[in-house]
Amino acid sequence: MSWEVVIGLEVHCQINTDTKAFCGCSTAFGAEPNTQTCPVCLGMPGQLPVLNALAVDKTILTGLAIDAQINLESKFDRKNYFYPDLPKGYQISQFTIPLVEHGHIDITTKGRGDRRIGITRIHMEEDAGKSMHEGLDAVSHIDLNRSGIPLMEIVSEPDMRSSDEAIAYLKNLHQLIRFLGVSGADMEKGQFRCDANISVRRPGEPFGTRTEMKNMNSFRFIKQAIDYEVMRQIEVIEDGGKVIQESRLWDSVKNESRSMRGKEEANDYRYFPEPDLPPLRVSQERVDAIKAGMPELPHQLRERFEKEFGLSAYDADVLTQTRELSNWYEALVAAHPADPKRCANWMANELLGRLKELNKDIEHSPVSPEAFGKLMDRMGDNTISGKIAKDVLDAMIESGKDADTIIEEKGLKQVTDTGSIDAMIQEILDANQGQVEAYRGGKDKLFGFFVGQVMKASKGKANPAVVNQRLKELLKG
Amino acid sequence: MPFSSLSHIQDRLNHGETTAIEVAKLYLDRITEHNKTLNAFVHIDDEHVLAQAKASDTYRAEHGARALEGLPIAIKDIFCTQHGPTRCCSKILEGFEAPYDAHVITKLKEAGAVLVGKTNMDEFAMGSSNETSAFGACHNPWDTSRIPGGSSGGSASAVAAALTPAALGTDTGGSIRQPASLTGITGLKPTYGRVSRRGIIAFASSLDQAGPMTRNVKDAAMITSVISGHDAGDATSVADAPELDWLGACDKKDMKGLRIGVPKEYFVEGMDAEVRASVENALKQCEDLGAELIDISLPNTNLAVAAYYVIAPSEASANLSRYDSVRFGHRCKNPEDLLDMYTRSRDEGFGAEVKRRILTGAFALSSGYYDAYYLKAQQVRTLISQDFKDAFEKVDVIATPTSPITAFKLGEKTDDPLTMYLSDIYTIAVNLAGLPGLSQPCGFAEGLPVGLQWIAPAWREDVLLGAAAAYEAATDWHTKVPTGFGGES
Amino acid sequence: MDIDVQKVAMLARIRLTDDEAAELGPQLSEILGYVDQLAAVNTDGIKPTAHPHDAAMPLRANVVTNGNQRDALQAVAPKTESGLYVVPKVIE
Repeated sequence: MSWEVVIGLEVHCQINTDTKAFCGCSTAFGAEPNTQTCPVCLGMPGQLPVLNALAVDKTILTGLAIDAQINLESKFDRKNYFYPDLPKGYQISQFTIPLVEHGHIDITTKGRGDRRIGITRIHMEEDAGKSMHEGLDAVSHIDLNRSGIPLMEIVSEPDMRSSDEAIAYLKNLHQLIRFLGVSGADMEKGQFRCDANISVRRPGEPFGTRTEMKNMNSFRFIKQAIDYEVMRQIEVIEDGGKVIQESRLWDSVKNESRSMRGKEEANDYRYFPEPDLPPLRVSQERVDAIKAGMPELPHQLRERFEKEFGLSAYDADVLTQTRELSNWYEALVAAHPADPKRCANWMANELLGRLKELNKDIEHSPVSPEAFGKLMDRMGDNTISGKIAKDVLDAMIESGKDADTIIEEKGLKQVTDTGSIDAMIQEILDANQGQVEAYRGGKDKLFGFFVGQVMKASKGKANPAVVNQRLKELLKG
Repeated sequence: MPFSSLSHIQDRLNHGETTAIEVAKLYLDRITEHNKTLNAFVHIDDEHVLAQAKASDTYRAEHGARALEGLPIAIKDIFCTQHGPTRCCSKILEGFEAPYDAHVITKLKEAGAVLVGKTNMDEFAMGSSNETSAFGACHNPWDTSRIPGGSSGGSASAVAAALTPAALGTDTGGSIRQPASLTGITGLKPTYGRVSRRGIIAFASSLDQAGPMTRNVKDAAMITSVISGHDAGDATSVADAPELDWLGACDKKDMKGLRIGVPKEYFVEGMDAEVRASVENALKQCEDLGAELIDISLPNTNLAVAAYYVIAPSEASANLSRYDSVRFGHRCKNPEDLLDMYTRSRDEGFGAEVKRRILTGAFALSSGYYDAYYLKAQQVRTLISQDFKDAFEKVDVIATPTSPITAFKLGEKTDDPLTMYLSDIYTIAVNLAGLPGLSQPCGFAEGLPVGLQWIAPAWREDVLLGAAAAYEAATDWHTKVPTGFGGES
Repeated sequence: MDIDVQKVAMLARIRLTDDEAAELGPQLSEILGYVDQLAAVNTDGIKPTAHPHDAAMPLRANVVTNGNQRDALQAVAPKTESGLYVVPKVIE
């Protein structure tokens, strides 16, 4: 009998505001330790929180993008626990009434095709600081620059049935969040963190006991951790044991998880309404205004690219992976409106491939959309062939010069006048009398040989169409 | 002059009859002389006081007088001040100097007031007798073997003995009004949200409110007018609170047309007979001044203490978690590990009463008990607020005793926390409902002051002040001074 | 009511000696016993009050107002090193 896997995900996502959730400290990444702290985010006596309006707006925007309900009145609570990187001894969070509820994200996987994954809630909370232990003997060091940075916790329904679905959900969510501009969502910087609730059951039976997997900071580790945990639970049950409800920590070096039991057991978070913060009320007008400013979402953009520019589903998908990519593509089409499909092909296949080798994002492309558009123009007006264009692109990336300069300097301009082409052809025919006779005797296949010889002689610059036409003519004799 | 009101000193300053320096010196001398007896101040920096007074005289000469120019005001040790220590009378804040001023301190400074030091209080404002202070008990000038009330006992004692003409206190369950009552002075707890809480060390955030402790009603209005007002740095400071004519409200000389509610639940078995007589006598005088006395009922009064002793400790248990010895405050010597650092630092730093409240709160919020305790208490809080709303449909203001008893002996109730808690029985409901309340002297019982409490609808401090000013104008209780402090002549 | 005082003290991170626990236990029981009178109150359908007034939360503009104040803020810290707060080792 088979096992069914049940996965729910909790994503902690840093909201990209200039200032922290409850104070005017900067959220800039990478500052010297504790230089972005103040009495509020240090939890000093008598200090009080005041919520950042932009963090609220961005959470609402996210809620609208997942088609969720925005609670016009939501509340903040205190979650109590002691930890050196939690200055007040409680985290301000939304427990009873979150700002956003009942949304969803659609995914597609090979296994089960199109699926809708429910999102239970998105609530706002503050991040904790950082504890550092490495290289220290009996002590830990605490940096509170991150303390108080606004977070959205995005909690899914237990709707995923495989690690592939979990990854598909996370990738879609990650893409969406970046498109909305509500978070940098840089996983390496801890701006997009995931915990997974995992259980297994026999199909049709109630949910099994779940465990919570923590500390997975890349899509690859998340998949590994889920697969590992599923196997572990199945083994436990098949060996006659029982899965214990607990938190487990993923160790990406050893490729295994370990129980955090004991640490968690003592926790009783004693949630209660945050008395320093009255209810958060947002007006319907505010929500409508945020909705009106909603940017185009990835799936909308994909559909538009297919329809408006006639792109293949594949190209449309590649070019809408990030807002930066789609913006770049649209700027390119504006520069070279004649052939959007050519733009897509060349951007997706040639430019992105080269950027990947250089380890650069599209934002840092050494070639601008306008310069790239000029290159497309030169192909369009037959100044250069596709083959030469690739060389020109390489030179553009290397030198930063524009296409025309490179074509001029290197003399790459295509030869199209029949006079010079006829001269080249005549030379080849003279030098290969045997083949000419064979061709004329009926060996049609030799035509390709002559084309190759002429192109070689022209160093690739002869216009292939003209060469074809003139060759046919001259071979007639 | 020592027993002069703030407004009287202000008149003399304005008329050039004295200077801020002279005034400051006078009170500093009195503190030197009497603080040994009273232990009302836990920190005094003469030089700093004189420097402020000097600066004030200069300011007056150059720019004219601000609202509280040159007037000495003592500060409860719960207000963070950039200058000098702020310890909330707790060992856990040993050596703590706040790198910021509380918002109200900034306001006082901007109004030209001279801050005269930190006054004694119950540790973290948890107490009704000032006996839980890490700096030792404070004494009642009317009988130094007795407590001054609490938690703002130091402020009350200092004003009553004229070691300062006025002081700031805070009131979470009666901590301004009860000590004011027990020391024969005036104390005002403004409407919750009227005064910013920023920089005031939190006890119970949904109840705490700062206010003045003074020698008369007008002085209380003067200070409140300065310290009140919206603060964008406190989300519970109400932005659209109705503005009041604070001083104008104190001009009332009679009570014509005033409907005074007298809640039957506040005059019950267990209250001191002489206290009762004093308050009833005061009510009779109000009637003589033209007021109409109306019997009312606040049926859930008897639940207030129980609800309070869930809500306040719960909030406190979280508010006091920040004293973890990581970023400030007392850390135990040579902690073995992290848990040892937490538990031992907090054991050493907190006194018995604070521990009791933290544990009560942690328990009330803990898994399995939340609904029965915390949620229930919050629902009862709604009922208590509703009682007041219903009453204010029929009356303009409510008058009650401030405390069922007068000042008790030091040590009398320290072994019995619950009895101690019950001494706030008349003041607590006002905090739960977020209403303004004022206590003023209305007589004596066996030589000890008795207080009359006024309660008004939210944002109607003008009604409180008007009633209290009219009563004060018709009586002389507020002019009585304790013997032994140089005010008898 | 019997209260596991040591368990609650651990939640609140306060060390209690056995003597203290023995004294606090009955005191807490007495306080909570008094509080238990709330149980008899009918509060069906009564909304809880967390804030005395029915006010909404004011919000703050997303503007940086604080600079680096580390030295002043760490002047009151029990132990720091190179700008970091130092605590006994945190075990994950």
